[in-house]
Amino acid sequence: MRIGVFVCMCGNNIAATVDTEKVAEAARSMRDVYHAETIKYSCSDPGQRTIIDAVEKKKLTRVVLAACSPRMHETTFRRTVKAAGLNPFMFEMVNIREHVSWIHSDMEEATNKSIDLVAKGVARARKQTPLTSSTVPLTGRVLVVGGGIAGIQAALDIADSGLPVTLVERDSTIGGNMARLDKTFPTLDCSSCILTPRMVDVKNHENIELMVNAEVDRVRGYIGNFEVDIRKKATCVDEDKCTGCFKCEEKCPGKAPDEFNQGIGESKAISIPFPQAVPLVATLRKEYCRLFIRGKCSICQKVCPADAIDYEQEERIITEKYGAIVVATGYDLFDWTKVYPEYGGGRYPDVVTSLQYERMLSASGPTGGHVQRPSDGEEPRNVVFICCVGSRDESIGRPLCCSVGCMYAAKQAILTKEHIPDSQSYVFYIDIRAGSKGYEEFTRRAQKEFGAIYLRGRVGLIYPRDGRMVVMGTDTLSADQVEIEADLVVLVVGLNAAAGAGELARKLNISYDQYEFLSESHPKLRPVETNTGGIFLAGACQGPKDIPDSVAQASAAASKVIGLLSKGEMETSPLVAEVDQKKCIGCFKCQEVCPYQAIEEQTLPDGRLVAHVIESLCQGCGLCNVACPPSVIPLKGYTDDQLLAETLELLRR
Amino acid sequence: MSDLKLIGFLCNWCSYAGADMAGTSRMKQPSGLRIIRLPCTGRVNPLLIQKAFQEGADGVLVSGCHPGDCHYNEGNYYARRRLELLKRMLPAWGIDPQRFHYTWVSASEGARWAEVVAEFQARIEALGKLEMGYPGGDVVSQVS
Repeated sequence: MRIGVFVCMCGNNIAATVDTEKVAEAARSMRDVYHAETIKYSCSDPGQRTIIDAVEKKKLTRVVLAACSPRMHETTFRRTVKAAGLNPFMFEMVNIREHVSWIHSDMEEATNKSIDLVAKGVARARKQTPLTSSTVPLTGRVLVVGGGIAGIQAALDIADSGLPVTLVERDSTIGGNMARLDKTFPTLDCSSCILTPRMVDVKNHENIELMVNAEVDRVRGYIGNFEVDIRKKATCVDEDKCTGCFKCEEKCPGKAPDEFNQGIGESKAISIPFPQAVPLVATLRKEYCRLFIRGKCSICQKVCPADAIDYEQEERIITEKYGAIVVATGYDLFDWTKVYPEYGGGRYPDVVTSLQYERMLSASGPTGGHVQRPSDGEEPRNVVFICCVGSRDESIGRPLCCSVGCMYAAKQAILTKEHIPDSQSYVFYIDIRAGSKGYEEFTRRAQKEFGAIYLRGRVGLIYPRDGRMVVMGTDTLSADQVEIEADLVVLVVGLNAAAGAGELARKLNISYDQYEFLSESHPKLRPVETNTGGIFLAGACQGPKDIPDSVAQASAAASKVIGLLSKGEMETSPLVAEVDQKKCIGCFKCQEVCPYQAIEEQTLPDGRLVAHVIESLCQGCGLCNVACPPSVIPLKGYTDDQLLAETLELLRR
Repeated sequence: MSDLKLIGFLCNWCSYAGADMAGTSRMKQPSGLRIIRLPCTGRVNPLLIQKAFQEGADGVLVSGCHPGDCHYNEGNYYARRRLELLKRMLPAWGIDPQRFHYTWVSASEGARWAEVVAEFQARIEALGKLEMGYPGGDVVSQVS
């Protein structure tokens, strides 16, 4: 056995805190180490070449590399080792950057810790065995969860490549939050004019199956071979028969809150959220329906010309196999009412959210595009926008920037002037964040061309006085206290992941943060992948994002999916459990603990019933390894032998 | 730094990534802990921890995904049961159970990881080197 140790300096990232030469020197005296050297940048082409050359010249059989986190570049260096003619699993990576140089300042301590970790890596490498991968077939079908602009874009891109796609949307129509917007920044494109054709494309695409009123119920399996239960909710309307004539909605006597219009205006118990809905079908909400509440009504059934109403309709579970899943569940506005009592906490009708205001501006909204004060229906003169409500506010534990507020406040100020020429908009802001193409110019236009007055500061209090809202704030540039009599106040509210994102993440086994935004695998290099193979992210479910970024990310996710499934089959990780059948006692404790049903019973020629691991199902968690009483089901790459060698080496030092 | 030996067993998906995040964010930590990477805390054999104490570890830390967030669905639930039992067994072997700690740190909790490391090291420093013969060793009352 001939081990080579390479100590990466990572420029100064490691070398500034760790004496890499001393680490290499210490490695030279470790057992079975025949070569040790430092490399300036091991991941660079010459760096990788140095490893390959040393393996060839010094006839090394195993490689230990002390560098960055294995989570970052382990795969890269496995390829390097393979290129040098070794089995890619005769390689061990030791983390002396994230776990040493970047968290310590004392050079001696950092160097000693690095030497310990290299010794641990060498001890582990000494126990390595060559491992080989097998292949599994991939299911050439894709699930997209969420039918907002990101889900729509991802579904269309994937379907255009020829792969069948199921687009699941929990509401009764696709379109998401973008369908609620009147115009979009910075071009003032009409939102529905650019969105509606794409929605129709989804419905008409031969490779897309659209499922609305549906949610992901359960997910099993793994990359390339997911099995998903989709719960199709009962809506009392046969979607195939419904023609979207709106007759049921017109005649329905049951009032219901209008969620599409964000509570501005009212809806009916049976309704179609908006005229451009796709699919254009009615949905009945039982909790507001007279028939279900009082036992008597059935008007919708009587007036429906298509015989589409079915009160007996039941929820269904549809199970389907998918090779990849794109999550595009979008965002919700943060619920500001509980944490901002100084803005009325939702008590004042003339203090509205940005999304409610968007519905007032929209011609398809409940006011037909006429801006009216909710309290008395009057057209407002003074409109005050308050930025960063629920964003950049440490006092309520929300330091994040919503990334779209500055821009849509400018847009809504412009639209206000267009709707009401003699109006005056005021925008309270912290900073104006207008980083993308054409954004800075747009916020300038709001001020110069449309006369919006920008005041840098937070608003401390809003209270009603003589039928108007008094907004009290500070202009921190002039250090003046400002008091504005507003007819309407628009809160530029921050974003959260859509309700239920965390629950979905748990079903999919992917990570999320405190706002339930879903975690990407790497913020720079793997921005649309998750830590679970085969599951990708698109749009605002990953973090606050505007429409262009959501669309770009959706296309990126689509290209990842197409790339993954273009091969038809995939190499599996060889880091799986394996039963030593000679020693197996047939107790099947391993089978009980396995989360993947990857262990089957097998009868040996001598008649003994023993356990057998189905390699393609095993995900390598090692639960069975610990559960096995005679300890004969080692997890390859993490055997008891290897872990013990690492532990003892650390304690010996 | 003292010559205390602290070993951490971290799952690859949450806590190891959280420790990486702490590093990427340059969150300074005391340097005593040595980390061993595992796929899952469900791969941690309590016997390995016992062996570590027997062979001279002064403190052992296990950290994985938060309950409900396990990359393998339920590995950390198995870990929790096994490790809780181990904790109660330690006095019977003459080991102060305070020397063993298990916790949950997610991939995005770099700051929390730095706190966990600092607290753990401070705790073991206060306890000093491990000397076998912890007096609270009535295993029956500990387990029941």
